[in-house]
Amino acid sequence: MPPLPSPRLALLAGAIAATTTLAACGTSAATASNPAASSSTSTMPMPTTTSTPLAAPVAADHVAVQGFAFGPAAITVKPGTTVTWTQQDEDQHTVTANDGSFTSAALVTGATYTHTFTAPGTYAYHCSIHPFMHGTVVVTNG
Amino acid sequence: MAERVDVMAHLDEAQRALVDREVGRRGFLKCATWVGAGTIWTVSGGLVAACGTALTGQGAGGATSAPTGLYFVQISDSHIGFQGAANPDVLGSFTKAIAQVNALPQRPAFVVHTGDLTHTSTPEQFNTVKELLATLKTPQVTVLPGEHDTVMGPKPYLDVFGAGTQGDGWSSFDLGGIHFLSLNNVVDITNLGHLGTAQLEFIQKDVANLKPDTPIVVFAHIPLWTIYERWGWGTDDAAQALSYLKRFASVTVLNGHIHQIMSKVEGNVTFSTTTTTAYPLPAPGTAPAPAPVTLPAGKLHDVLGIREVRYRGAGRGLRLTDDHIA
Repeated sequence: MPPLPSPRLALLAGAIAATTTLAACGTSAATASNPAASSSTSTMPMPTTTSTPLAAPVAADHVAVQGFAFGPAAITVKPGTTVTWTQQDEDQHTVTANDGSFTSAALVTGATYTHTFTAPGTYAYHCSIHPFMHGTVVVTNG
Repeated sequence: MAERVDVMAHLDEAQRALVDREVGRRGFLKCATWVGAGTIWTVSGGLVAACGTALTGQGAGGATSAPTGLYFVQISDSHIGFQGAANPDVLGSFTKAIAQVNALPQRPAFVVHTGDLTHTSTPEQFNTVKELLATLKTPQVTVLPGEHDTVMGPKPYLDVFGAGTQGDGWSSFDLGGIHFLSLNNVVDITNLGHLGTAQLEFIQKDVANLKPDTPIVVFAHIPLWTIYERWGWGTDDAAQALSYLKRFASVTVLNGHIHQIMSKVEGNVTFSTTTTTAYPLPAPGTAPAPAPVTLPAGKLHDVLGIREVRYRGAGRGLRLTDDHIA
């Protein structure tokens, strides 16, 4: 045994586990009869949707990266507009086009990233480090 | 539903209370012992020791481990380069983790790092990790990338760790009677983890000629089971990969990414995530976002860890033992 003063956690993973029995104890709100005890995908209070629908696009050329979200999440700009993203979280984020056409590096707190949109179209982007963060830039026809 | 999932975060009572206060969590699964056919998962020490006593003789500490059988170590999510209050010294924590591996009474056949070696994929960070991994006392180090290692694409990662792998860094090998797959499910992801067509074909061909009683162990950074889709904690084409493994008697999937220990058994597959050597993340859904959690002074290393894995022999699967960093 290693000289470890700290508690250990152990899992014996068997070859076959066609049936299992969950026996929960303790006094928390979660019990064996609570879905929290049997399904990790519904353990916690959470919004019912798995991804936040993008709000209607608004005309803007600045986007805040804050609280693990882009805000506004969807913007419209005219061709030739330079959009600026300002990163305000402690953790780092990127601004990465889904089609790979543009990407920032990892942005530290206070850093900005700019990209100029010339061609009309809809540009979906995300954070490559936290890819559940989504945004859209709609470039109008002028 | 009981056969599908078991959830247990690694936080102790004080830490959970803190998380409760900070993020308004309610109904945390406080204590559970989970028993299945051939599967025992119990937790000893801290909060849950009292209710795990019936099983601690079998499950805790590894005292009953047979000294034979393949033995390896999993470490994960070292996030070298991270700077933040949640851990001002990730380099020191990772160094401690490596020292702890090197102090284990048995030398592991290999050590696997299941991704997020770095925080932002810089060459300096990769080189630091490489130098530290080289100090591990083990014949083999297996590495796979996390999304923090491919911030602007996989090239900087592959430049340092791509040797001997295929595609964007996947590989397979056989050791001690077990077939191992080391996967990359973090490239070009736009929501959940993703393996992609080329890697799925690799998996299919890789296992095609194996006997069904060959134990399979799969490494990937992002869990191959959906833990919390809203935070991207799942892999969108995992079902396709797992379909190629259905004919095998024993499949164990070991992941990182979520910085906490969670496990699930589904049919022939045991899934388990391990913790991090860097900083904790909130339990799923307990915070607005999966941002690093800052614990009270002195508590951090209680939630950081390394994982020992021992193959218990044909038909008996693997024993996973998660040790907190001392």
